[in-house]
Amino acid sequence: MNDHLLSWILFTPLIGMAVLLLIPSSKKNAIRIWANVAALAGFLVSLPLVFEFDKNASGYQFMERASWIPALGVQYLVGIDGISLLMVMLTTVIGVVAILSSWNAIQERTKEYYAMFLLLQTGMLGVFMSLDFFMFFVFWEVVLVPMYFIIGVWGGPRKLYASIKFFIYTLAGGALMLLGILALYFQYHHQFGTYTFEIQKLMALQLPWHMEQWVFWAFFIGFAIKVPMFPFHTWLPDAHVEAPTAGSVVLASVMLKMGTYGFIRFSLPLLPKASYDATIVQILAVLSIIGIMYGALVSLMQQDWKKLVAYSSVSHLGFCTLGIFALNPNGLSGSVLQQLNHGISTGMLFLVVGVAYERRHTRELKEYGGLAHTMPLYAKIAAFAMLSSAGLPLLNGFVGEFTILQGAFEASRIWAAFAVTGVIFGAAYLLWMYQRTFLGQITNPKNLGLPDMSLREVAVFAPLIVWALWIGIYPKPYFDVLEKPVAQIVERVRPGYFEAQQARLATEAPAQAAEVAR
Amino acid sequence: MNLGQYYTAQDQFVLVPAIMLAMFACAVFLFDFLLFPKASQRKWLLAFVAFGVAMAGGGLYRQWAYLAKYGLTEITAFGGTLTVDGFSIFFNAMFLAATLVVGIMSYKYLEIEGEHHGEYYGLILLANCGMFFLAAGSDLITLFIGLELMALCFYILVGFLRGDKRSNEAALKYLILGAFSSGFLVYGFSVMYGLAGSTRLADVATAIAMRDAWDPLVFLALGTTAVGLLFKVAAVPFHMWAPDAYEGAPTAITGYLSVASKAASFAFLVRLLMGPLASARDVWAPLLSVVAILTMTVGNLAAITQSNIKRLLAYSSISHAGYILLGVIAGNSTGIQGVLVYLLVYTFMNLGAFAVITALRRRDIVGEDIDDLAGLMHKSPGYAVLMLIFMLSLAGIPPTAGFIGKYYIFLALIETGHFYLAAIGALYVAVAAYYYFRVVKSMFTSEATDKEPVASSFGLRVALGVTGVMTLLVGIFPEPFLRLAQTSVLLIR
Repeated sequence: MNDHLLSWILFTPLIGMAVLLLIPSSKKNAIRIWANVAALAGFLVSLPLVFEFDKNASGYQFMERASWIPALGVQYLVGIDGISLLMVMLTTVIGVVAILSSWNAIQERTKEYYAMFLLLQTGMLGVFMSLDFFMFFVFWEVVLVPMYFIIGVWGGPRKLYASIKFFIYTLAGGALMLLGILALYFQYHHQFGTYTFEIQKLMALQLPWHMEQWVFWAFFIGFAIKVPMFPFHTWLPDAHVEAPTAGSVVLASVMLKMGTYGFIRFSLPLLPKASYDATIVQILAVLSIIGIMYGALVSLMQQDWKKLVAYSSVSHLGFCTLGIFALNPNGLSGSVLQQLNHGISTGMLFLVVGVAYERRHTRELKEYGGLAHTMPLYAKIAAFAMLSSAGLPLLNGFVGEFTILQGAFEASRIWAAFAVTGVIFGAAYLLWMYQRTFLGQITNPKNLGLPDMSLREVAVFAPLIVWALWIGIYPKPYFDVLEKPVAQIVERVRPGYFEAQQARLATEAPAQAAEVAR
Repeated sequence: MNLGQYYTAQDQFVLVPAIMLAMFACAVFLFDFLLFPKASQRKWLLAFVAFGVAMAGGGLYRQWAYLAKYGLTEITAFGGTLTVDGFSIFFNAMFLAATLVVGIMSYKYLEIEGEHHGEYYGLILLANCGMFFLAAGSDLITLFIGLELMALCFYILVGFLRGDKRSNEAALKYLILGAFSSGFLVYGFSVMYGLAGSTRLADVATAIAMRDAWDPLVFLALGTTAVGLLFKVAAVPFHMWAPDAYEGAPTAITGYLSVASKAASFAFLVRLLMGPLASARDVWAPLLSVVAILTMTVGNLAAITQSNIKRLLAYSSISHAGYILLGVIAGNSTGIQGVLVYLLVYTFMNLGAFAVITALRRRDIVGEDIDDLAGLMHKSPGYAVLMLIFMLSLAGIPPTAGFIGKYYIFLALIETGHFYLAAIGALYVAVAAYYYFRVVKSMFTSEATDKEPVASSFGLRVALGVTGVMTLLVGIFPEPFLRLAQTSVLLIR
C-alpha cells in the first residue's frame, strides 16, 4: 500500500462514494454513518504521510507515475512536498469535520449530498497532489460540479443565483488558465522537442518575456478568481451565504486555497521572471492590500453573520497573497501557514454560524444577542474560534499573520504598514460580531431556552481546536516542513537571494556586535 | 465493349459501404408494407438498419485494414472521383454509429407521434449513403450528388410528422433555404470548373494554386462555395433555418441533423479548404475567423434566452459549429485532428442529449420545454444523471468527452498562434455553461410538473447507454480515440 499511498488517499473518498451509491436512499442513517466512515477512512489513510514525510529531503515525495494519455504527453503523476502536505492534511481533516457537521442539517436527498461531498474530496485532493498540469486542470474543474450542486440544491433562498455565479466565474478563469497551460506546453515542445505537462520539466523553460507576461496574467485570472483577490471576489459572499454550513466550510477552508496554492506551485516556479517583475509584484501587492482592507471594512458593515465571515475571508486571503508576493522565505512560509490557519479558523467560524442557524434558521446578527447566557459551552467555543481568527498570540492566526507581516516588512515597509491595519480592523469586526451575538442581555425571546451544543457538535470542533492550539503554541514542525520547498521557490524566483542574505549578515553582524559592545 | 474497365474490383471495394446502405434502404422501402402491415411491428425494420450498418461497417473495416496492411494513404476509384483514406473512413464510421443510434431511439417516439412508417428507416439509411459520398468524394459532381442525396432525405425526415404544423413549416423552410444554398454551392463549383476545366478536386487545386490568392475568380469560387457550406453547418449569418428546423423536426431527426449532417458538411468543408482552396488560405482564414466569432457569439447568446430545449440545443449546436470552425482556421494537422475529435465527441454527447429529450415525449405531453425536465432527478434518476453527463460534456467540463474536444481545438489555436481566437473561445465556454446549467438546474433543483413517467424503450436505453459510456470513456481514456484521429489525419495527403 505504501508504494501507492497518494493514490489511496486520492481515491478513498471516491471508493466511499461508489459504495454509498449502493445504499438505498431511504436508509438515511446508514448513509450518514457510511459517509462519516468514508471521510474518516480518508483521513486515516492520509495520516501515514505525516510520519513518513521526510522534511529534510528536497523535491517531491511519494511520487507515482503512470501513463495516461501518451498521445498528448499527459501522465498520471502525483507527489507532494511540504506545501502540498499541509494542504492535503487540511483537506482530509476538513472533510471529516464537514461531513460530521452535516448530520442533522441535511435531511433531504441525503444520499446525493454525501456523494457530492466525497466526490469533492477526491477533486480537491487531486488538485493538491497533481504534478502534471493537465491532470491538475482536470481536477480543478471537476471540483466545480459537486460544489455547484451542494450550493444549488441544499443552499439558502438565493442558491440558484449563487451557485451558477460561482460556477461561471471559476469556469471562465479556468478556461483562460488552460490557454496559459497550453502556451507552456507548446513552448516546451519548441525548445526541447517533446510534449509534456510535467511541472518539474516545464521549469526548464526559458520563455520570451512577452510570452511569460501573457501566461502569467492568464494564470493570474484563473487563480485570482479562486482565491479570490480583490476585483474578482464578488462571487464569494453570495456562494458562502447561500451554501449549507458544511459547503461554506469546505469552500472557505479548502477550495479557496486552491487559488493561493496555484500561485505558489505554478505561477512562481514556472514564471519566475514575471513573478519578480517590479510592476507585476507591485500590482499584486496593491490588490492584496486592497483586499485586506476592503474585506475588513466591508465585514464591519455586515448585518448578516455568514456574510461577515465571508468577507473576513477576503481580508485573510489578502494576507496570504501579500505573503506570496513578498517573495521572501518569511512571506511565503507565513502565507502557507496562514492558509492552513484560515482553513482552521474560518472553518470554525462557519461552523459556529451553522450551530446557531440550525437552531434559529436566521443569520441576521440583530436576531441574536446574549447567547452566552443560554449556551455557555457554545459561547466558549465561539470565543475560541473568534480569537483564533483575530490572531491572538498563542493561537494559530497570530503565527501566520506575524510571519507574513515580517515578510512584507522585509519587502516593503509601506506594504506592512497598510497590511497591519487589516489586523486591527480584523480584531474590531470579530470582537464586535461576538459582542452583538453572545454578550449582553437576551433581547429576543426566541433565543431563550436554546439547547447548548450536543456531543456531536463538540466533536466537530474538537479536531480544529486542538490543531489551532498546536500551531499557536508550537509551530516549529510546520516551519520545518515548509523550509525546503519555500527556499527552493525563493531561490528559483530570486536566484542568489540566500547568498546575498548570508553576505549581508556577515557584514552586518560584526558591526552590530560592536554597537552592542559600545 | 469491355465493361470491366468501367467497374473494376477496386471500384467495388471502395463502394461497398454505399452499396450496402442503399441496398438496405431499398429493402426497407420494398418490404415494409409486405412484412409489417401494422405500425406496432415496424420496429423490426430496425433489423434492416442494423444489418445495413453492420455490412457497411464491415466494408469500411476492410478498407481500413487494406490501407494499414499496405501502408497506403488512399485508394481511389472511378477514375479519381472517390477517394478512401483515413479521413473518410473516420467520418463514415461516425455516420454509421450515428445512424444506428438514431434508428434505435426513434421507434417509441414515432409510435407516440402516430407516424411510425417504414420509410423513416429507409430514409436515414439513404441519408447515410449520401454522407458516405460527402466524406469520400474527390470530385465536385460526386460531392454535390452526395450532398443533395443527404439533404433530400433530411427535407423529408424533418417534415415527417405530417400532422404537425411545426414539422411541416420546418421542412418547408429547410427545403427552400437549403435549395437556395445548394444553388450557391453549385455556382461556386461551376466557377471552379471554369478555372480548372475539370471537376476533380486535385485538378481544381492545381488550377487555383497557379493563380493569385486574391484573384477575383478564385474569390468568387471561394465565396459562393463557402456560403453554401456554411449554410449546411449552420454558421452565422447562415444559421436562420436551424432553430426552426430543429424545433419542428422529430426529436431523433433533430439529433441526426445536428450531428451527422453537420459532420458530413464539415468533412466536405475540410476537404475543400484543405484541398483545392488551400492556396487561398490567406483569404479564407480571416473571413472564417469572423464567421467563427459571430457563430459562437450568436449561438451562445441566443441560447441563453430559449425556453424550448430543442431550440436551446439548436443554438448550442450553432455555437459548437463555431468551435469546430476554429479548428479549421488553425488548419494544421492538430487543428484537423481537433475537428475530427470534436465531431466524434459531439456526435455522442449531442445524440445522448436528444435521446433524453426523445424520452420526454409522452402521450399528451409534448415535453420540449426546459420545465418538462423539472424534477427528472426524482422521477427517473438514471435519465437525469445521464443528461447531466451530456450537459457537462456539451459545456466542456472535464472529465467528460466534451472537454477533450474543446481542449484539442484550443491546442491547435495556441499552436498556430491564434491567441485572441483562443481567448474568445475560452470565454464563451463560461457563457455556454450558463445555459447548459439551466437544464441541469431544472432537473435537479425543481419540482416535477407532471407525474407521467418518461417514455422508455429498450432501444432508447441502449442508445443512452452507448452515448453515455462513450461520453465518459472518451473523457477519461481518450488515448485510443486520439490515436485514431491522429492516424486518420496522417493518412490524408
